[in-house]
Amino acid sequence: MSETKLCKSQAGRRGFISLLGKMCATTAVCSGVGTVALQSLATAAASASAATSAKPEFPATGPVPEYDWTKHRWAFGVDSTRCIGCLRCVEACKVENKVPFNPQDFRTWVERYVYLEGEDKPRVDTQCDPVNVAAAESPQDYRFSNRYRDQKVTKSFFVPKLCNHCENPACVQVCPVGATYKTPDGVVLIDEKYCIGCRYCVQACPYGARYFNEETQTTDKCTWCYHRITKGLKPACVDVCPVQARVFGDLNDPQSDISLFIRSHQISVLKPWTGNGPHVFYNGIDGEVS
Amino acid sequence: MGAFMQIADYIVSPYIGYVYPNETVLPWGVLIVVYPYITGLVAGAFIVSSLYHTFHMQSFKPVARLALLSALAFLSFAPVALLSHLGHPERSVEAIWTAHWTSAFAAFAYVAGFYAILLVLEIWFAFRVDIVAMSQTSKGALQRLYRILTLGSTDVSENALAYDRQWTKVLAAVGIAAAFGLHGYVGFVFGSLKSREWWSSDLMPIIFILSAVVSGVAVLVLVYVVSSIVRKTTIDENCMAGLARVLWAFLLVTIVIETLEYVEMFYRRLEGIEMIKQLIAGPISTGIAIQALFSLLPFVVVTVLIVRKVGGKALIGWMSFSSVLLMSAVLAMRWNVVIGGQELSKTAKGVLTYIPGLWGREGVVWAVTVLCSSLVFLWVLARLLPPWERVQMSE
Repeated sequence: MSETKLCKSQAGRRGFISLLGKMCATTAVCSGVGTVALQSLATAAASASAATSAKPEFPATGPVPEYDWTKHRWAFGVDSTRCIGCLRCVEACKVENKVPFNPQDFRTWVERYVYLEGEDKPRVDTQCDPVNVAAAESPQDYRFSNRYRDQKVTKSFFVPKLCNHCENPACVQVCPVGATYKTPDGVVLIDEKYCIGCRYCVQACPYGARYFNEETQTTDKCTWCYHRITKGLKPACVDVCPVQARVFGDLNDPQSDISLFIRSHQISVLKPWTGNGPHVFYNGIDGEVS
Repeated sequence: MGAFMQIADYIVSPYIGYVYPNETVLPWGVLIVVYPYITGLVAGAFIVSSLYHTFHMQSFKPVARLALLSALAFLSFAPVALLSHLGHPERSVEAIWTAHWTSAFAAFAYVAGFYAILLVLEIWFAFRVDIVAMSQTSKGALQRLYRILTLGSTDVSENALAYDRQWTKVLAAVGIAAAFGLHGYVGFVFGSLKSREWWSSDLMPIIFILSAVVSGVAVLVLVYVVSSIVRKTTIDENCMAGLARVLWAFLLVTIVIETLEYVEMFYRRLEGIEMIKQLIAGPISTGIAIQALFSLLPFVVVTVLIVRKVGGKALIGWMSFSSVLLMSAVLAMRWNVVIGGQELSKTAKGVLTYIPGLWGREGVVWAVTVLCSSLVFLWVLARLLPPWERVQMSE
């Protein structure tokens, strides 16, 4: 290699190493800036979470006149040992809340867990499984087909699902405009006149409780029938349940249905590791329920 | 269930296993694949420009101003992808006026807005002399436009030019942080969601930044080569060799980090790993194959180009070839992340298969239109502010 070529090559290498060094230094500085920015976001999120936990002062009048939302703390119970999978709750919810009658939008649904002999994992389906949809008489009718009739079932149970109205709702955290919010009585609501329809909350909910309503172009989900509970009624799904598998009430009242349900059962919540703090309490489910 | 099933009469994704009922329509479609892809191109193109403007690496001079215009063209269309996706785009200003600061999304307008201002300012300083010259040489409406663009600053003395260079340098330096911040932020939007196993990773922002730079450099190579061919001008070999080195460095780190991400996932074997295997072997298998092959092959090619000091047409040809593959690889990566993350059910018991529509607001045609529009806008910008060489002043 000639001297000139050697020098050129060395200069090239030096230049490249120098470039890499500069890029590393820049990356380090930028990462620092990024980390600080993300930390600020995390701090803001933590403050919001703390604020939620600390129950800030709310005006006594909420979105419903003559209803003091600071005097209640609603919660929901599901007794899986009672549910018979009749799906009247799902139908009632669709009618009561004008949820589109199609097999992909639900404020509430029921899961069926079936353990067959020789299998260690359950088979899970819901009313919107194609086989069950085919078994229904009309789109307004939901039912579970008797698909395991000829098989040996060792264990089975039904699990009603709905929005968990979490203590630290991830959906509220991620809403870019604050269209979804937590009320002082513990209900997570959506202002459909404010929702921009970005669906970030749909992504953030670990329970799949939210759906995008094509008619309104906004997100929708269970509100525990807020329009009913603020008038002293129970949610529609609770009202129609023939076996009291769905329980609703005020935690501030020690004699309410929900307070008694929580006291008298070994309850659990779904996906506790998310840190969301669900307010739907389950009895009679196993670890396979997610 | 075992086999793919589709509910008749409804646009839902077929699935295997068990998925929540509300999951059968994916909330984010192909437009949200395009959104991080475009912002990535911005970041990469800008970095190259800054290597010249801040670090004075002369080899990047031929593409430095082209890179700035490319960054602006792509940045202009990133919000289009996002706005098209919204159910109520007319309410999107609420994310600015009444931003809910605990949301990662709320920062988008501010992050992108800050970056846009920075970019426009830098472009103005980098092109000011040309704008002044063109305000003298052009005629009619164009002259009026250039006069407005001078913002009344027509001093082109050596002192004023030194001032311009100083500002460009500072803005480019801040812009590097902004470019990393912008795309790191996009990665954070996905990585911070604990509900999605496929997204919830601390490495997500880093992977997004690195792959963004790779795709940005690749698109710059292609824009430079194509524009040079169209203009019948010589491609600067030294510049191409420099771009090869930048590409090689970022590609190397990208491949290592992404491989580590997968190795870690399979080594940990957390709950749901079986479904992840089904996702990789099923709905995103083609995407994963494109991402892997189209990253590794260009890496080998670029390594050979650097080690063997290949020059001339071979360098340009192979760099163009590698760039096409890399742009496809990064697009596939965006697909694998955005779509793949939603195809993996939150139940950890099922996998969906997303089938994008062709027409409509969320369709492939519109997504491609948004992507192509950014290139058309780049062409308009390059006509308005030629980035190739300085415009001569009139006597």
